[in-house]
Amino acid sequence: MEEANMEHDAHHDLHMTPEEEYSSSKLGMWLFLGTEIMLFGGLFAAYAIFRAKYPELFLESHQELNREMGAVNTGILIFSSLTMAIGVTAIQRGKQMLAGIMILVTIICGLGFGVVKYFEYGSKFSHHIYPDTNIFFSLYFMMTGLHMLHVFVGLIVLGVIMVMTFQKKFDEKYSTPVEMGGLYWHLVDLVWIYLFPLLYLVG
Amino acid sequence: MANESVATNVYVPYLEQKGFMSWLVTTDHKRIGIMYLISISLFFLIAGIIALLMRFELMTPMADFVSPHTYNVLFTLHGSLMVFFFIVPGLAASFGNFLIPLMIGAPDVAFPKLNLGSYYIYIAGTIIVLYALLQPADTGWTFYTPYSATTDTDVVMITFGVFVLGFSSILTGMNFIVTIHKMRAPGMTWHRLPLFIWASYATAVLQLLATPVVGITLLLLIAERSLGVGFFDPAKGGDPVLFQNFFWFYSHPAVYIMIIPAMGVISEIIPVFARKPIFGYKAIAYSSLGIAFISFLVWAHHMFTSGISEVAATIFSFLTFLVAIPTAIKVFNWLATLYKGSIELHSAMLYALGFVFLFTIGGLTGVFLGALAADIHLHDTYFVVAHMHYVMIGGTVMGFFGALHFWYPKWFGKMFNESVAKLSWFLVFVGFNITFFPQFFLGIQGMPRRYATYPEEFQSLMALSTYGSWILGLGVLIMTVNLIKGLFSDEKAPQNPYGSLSLEWQVPSPPPTLNFDKIPEVTDWTYGYGKKKEVDA
Repeated sequence: MEEANMEHDAHHDLHMTPEEEYSSSKLGMWLFLGTEIMLFGGLFAAYAIFRAKYPELFLESHQELNREMGAVNTGILIFSSLTMAIGVTAIQRGKQMLAGIMILVTIICGLGFGVVKYFEYGSKFSHHIYPDTNIFFSLYFMMTGLHMLHVFVGLIVLGVIMVMTFQKKFDEKYSTPVEMGGLYWHLVDLVWIYLFPLLYLVG
Repeated sequence: MANESVATNVYVPYLEQKGFMSWLVTTDHKRIGIMYLISISLFFLIAGIIALLMRFELMTPMADFVSPHTYNVLFTLHGSLMVFFFIVPGLAASFGNFLIPLMIGAPDVAFPKLNLGSYYIYIAGTIIVLYALLQPADTGWTFYTPYSATTDTDVVMITFGVFVLGFSSILTGMNFIVTIHKMRAPGMTWHRLPLFIWASYATAVLQLLATPVVGITLLLLIAERSLGVGFFDPAKGGDPVLFQNFFWFYSHPAVYIMIIPAMGVISEIIPVFARKPIFGYKAIAYSSLGIAFISFLVWAHHMFTSGISEVAATIFSFLTFLVAIPTAIKVFNWLATLYKGSIELHSAMLYALGFVFLFTIGGLTGVFLGALAADIHLHDTYFVVAHMHYVMIGGTVMGFFGALHFWYPKWFGKMFNESVAKLSWFLVFVGFNITFFPQFFLGIQGMPRRYATYPEEFQSLMALSTYGSWILGLGVLIMTVNLIKGLFSDEKAPQNPYGSLSLEWQVPSPPPTLNFDKIPEVTDWTYGYGKKKEVDA
């Protein structure tokens, strides 16, 4: 997906102005985000069905989850969305240094999220809680696992974009990849915003 | 028009550049279209040969040619290869790639590199599935749980391959939607777009919205087998019917991913050979979107016997009938286009007419199956097999063959032998009906699908069906040889052999590398046959 947004080669220049490329990439990215919603939608549907079927199981099992760690991670991700948004605004105004640093901060937040998740998963495994323990934990591991996968992909994408930003590849005239990376990162954040209350908070 | 400036520019056909590498790294939508065309055709032929083997086994009531297990493997392979490797990417990826930029007056798709990437993802998926053949699955192409979660054949590999294919489908769909939105030539308004473009657009919407759902479904099935999660396992509190809900939420819209592009092809062929403007342009255009929309609301009609509630079943039965409306709108409009037309029975036109005839049978028998009471009797019988093949072969494959014969001169700049093409059409049409029409009767008499053996009283109809499959096979063989032979013929195709008004025929055959020397200005729709001055052939 992300390569789509980095289209800037010779063949491409033959038939697209930067403005056209920007609006095409933006439409393409939004369509792609739509497919992501449908992907997670399947899991949310499964959550709704099994939650209605086994309310007690969900109540008991969700108490095993570590709310503090979940809350910290929620804070981290929301903050990273802020830094990403600042980064995008910065590059639109031609401030390459600020944009690069903001993307770097976003990446550090993403890594921090991964570290917290690592300890969370670790403590579940040490309590002998695995994906096959019960339906709730099947959902927990599948949903957060798939989300984690998206975080990793996001980190790789943002890593590439950060290097290119520091190399001054982007400026106020051309910042499409930064914006697309930002959109993707906001989606990753948004999915978590739903996962956190559904899994950790609602009893 | 674009061809006026040919004299001033050097014309380099897109096929000019030779060498393996020039294909591997190409971002030319026409070349990528060809690569898809070759790949899906190969899978069509392989899966077709598997079907012939199955029909051969079914000549006699006993399992004397292959064992029942091998038979299960064969129908799984036939279904999976046909559905996921031929018919879903099918027309959309091959002809969609080739035609969309040409028809809307663009030099390429919106994301050419991504387009090539999608093709490589398709290839990656095929390699994974070919690897999975070492220990082939026997679940059928639907991978129903709980069997798929417990069989010891390699379900994980083949589902993972299909999962990977899904990415290819999604990215292609996204690429096409953006292309159609952003890259239309000046004057190419929405209501001047060729109907194939409308069909491709509706298909792409389905690909985007439905494919991720089958993606997560297959992912969950893999997790079920590898991590022991229990969403579909009653022993763990899961629900096997949930798998069916998920699966058909994709796979019913996927049926329209398969058929809508073929409907687009028919809408292109019929007006050209009837020399009349297409009747009911807007009705055909919007009915594509209508089918796409309704297709998301009917999935549970595959599950009337799976234990869903009567209320749900009644609602889904009703919603299923709604699909008949936009489909019938298309058929009636095609017929109205033919009415009082000056019809030329070119081989492409024969396939188009075959489509209308056979698809009508396929569509009407679908209404039988959508009816709740009838479906209880007909579910999982040969009636379903016959219905499905009337839609998929009678519909999509007829459209595919029609498209092949119609755009062949444009793609390759060569001509095939028209008489042989007509002969192969005749064999395909007759063979297909002899193969599948008896299966309606078998189904009504209660012959269940997916068995290697059957009671003796069915043998005469079963054998008839097998004879038909040989005629069908022969027809496809002759067609394939004819089309391949045409590539090596010396006969060069003219720019516009049928006098079509559509943009792709206004450039030389085969088209130049960048399609148009100058982006054309569009001043009218593409179906003004018989009314205004027509372009010279």
